[in-house]
Amino acid sequence: MAALKRSNKPVFWSLFGAGGMLSALIGPMLILITGIAMPLGMVNSGYERAAAFAQNGFGKLAILLVISLFLFHGVHRMYHCVHDFGIHVGPGLKAAFHGFAALGTLAAGWLLLSIGV
Amino acid sequence: MRTYTRPMAGWWRRNPFYLWYMLREASCVFITAYALILLWGLARLSQGKPQFEAWLASLASPVSIAFHAIALLLVLYHAWTWFKVMPRTMPFVRIGGWRVPDGFIVAFAFAGSIVLSGALLIAVWRL
Repeated sequence: MAALKRSNKPVFWSLFGAGGMLSALIGPMLILITGIAMPLGMVNSGYERAAAFAQNGFGKLAILLVISLFLFHGVHRMYHCVHDFGIHVGPGLKAAFHGFAALGTLAAGWLLLSIGV
Repeated sequence: MRTYTRPMAGWWRRNPFYLWYMLREASCVFITAYALILLWGLARLSQGKPQFEAWLASLASPVSIAFHAIALLLVLYHAWTWFKVMPRTMPFVRIGGWRVPDGFIVAFAFAGSIVLSGALLIAVWRL
């Protein structure tokens, strides 16, 4: 009998759960701030301020966590949504969805490094 | 050999409960898109001031404001459902043998969300 393969489900479920929790806790306020208040000039959204936040260690971590966990949460739910619509999902599609989130995370990390301190 | 597969088309439109479920699931599209908008903003920020300001100006378009308004409502609904099932997705919380009731956990999560969101708003407003 072949050895039982360890499931990769806990990894993706944890990322989905972390993203779900983060978006439930602060998602609405973040969307209100960056999507509505900042563009409409209701809060100070100058370049210097945004750049200072992205140069700060805490700011870098916050930006990375929000982008990465929101992506992993979103793609995981989309992957299950595809099934809900009656399309049989295989490992290829799963890899594509989660790979997309992983690429987004790498891009965010690389950009934050390139912005420097 | 092909086996029979039960048709699934339109199942979620037949029952309001499933419609609400699908509406909640739709929040994932908006959360993903929102993360990509932030990622795009980060890329523009790394390029310099004019690029960042152009990104911010593009967010002021009616389409963008409408997108964020819908995203806000759907993520609020996601948060509501997320906190409501929290007691069922986590182990029992016991304090000295006393099991914390489900309602307490939900209330604690809501309070945490309000406090964190308030702190975020004050930080953005005042700093």
